[in-house]
Amino acid sequence: MLSIDRSIIDAIVAHARRDHPDEACGVVAGPAGSDTPTRHIPMENAARSMTFYEFDSMEQLRLWREMDDRDEEPVVIYHSHTATEAYPSRTDISFAGEPGAHYLLVSTREPDTEEIRSFRIVDGVVTEEPVRIVDAAVDPHAVQSYMFGQSPATVDYECSGR
Amino acid sequence: MAIEVRIPTILRSYTGGAKVVEGAGDTLADLLTDLDARHAGLKARLVTDAGALHRFVNVYVNDEDVRFLGALDAKLNDGDSVTILPAVAGGAFGFAAAAAIAQHGAVGARAARR
Repeated sequence: MLSIDRSIIDAIVAHARRDHPDEACGVVAGPAGSDTPTRHIPMENAARSMTFYEFDSMEQLRLWREMDDRDEEPVVIYHSHTATEAYPSRTDISFAGEPGAHYLLVSTREPDTEEIRSFRIVDGVVTEEPVRIVDAAVDPHAVQSYMFGQSPATVDYECSGR
Repeated sequence: MAIEVRIPTILRSYTGGAKVVEGAGDTLADLLTDLDARHAGLKARLVTDAGALHRFVNVYVNDEDVRFLGALDAKLNDGDSVTILPAVAGGAFGFAAAAAIAQHGAVGARAARR
């Protein structure tokens, strides 16, 4: 099961909506071994495509090093599908190279609702898992201002419950 | 000549769990051959049968992506640090085929947009 704070899910969804109809992608890092996603890092989709995403290799190197320095790991790797359901494609499965990560998919095909699903992808085998969205003890005002803040030009949103 | 090589989680089964190993070689290809002698199978995960660097991995020499340094021909020097990371990529392309697999009791979490 993936347990993730609502504020982080909201930030991921906002990122996916903002980049729609292109696919959006990113990472939620967390302390190594904790299985707890705490730090949302929206990544650039270097492919800038409606059907493909790819981390910029240099941005990825910087982030992976930073996580190493902070004793973090990529707890969640997310991307959006913008015209299809939130299920890993063959392409997603062939690329999935972080056996410890939760692969979170968001579908933005419906304008008013998001479909959010999470998967483990290990050795080409996809296993869906439940997603538990937690309303953690974050500053309610921060969340509210975020919720009603319309679409910000950039999302550099860190969960204050960290 | 020692070159430090950082191994990603997914390939640590080849290095006995080690996160960092050392190897030698004048080029990336030489280094991978050298590593494969001690960590059998590692090279095949990085290099295709056709002898090119695999699309699913990123390899860096110090702070550079080797795709800009000549890929497997990239020159190495003593003290260089090589980092291997899984490329993070994917997308809806190929969705139709996956949809057939998806029909088995999937539990999705739907979050109403707020």
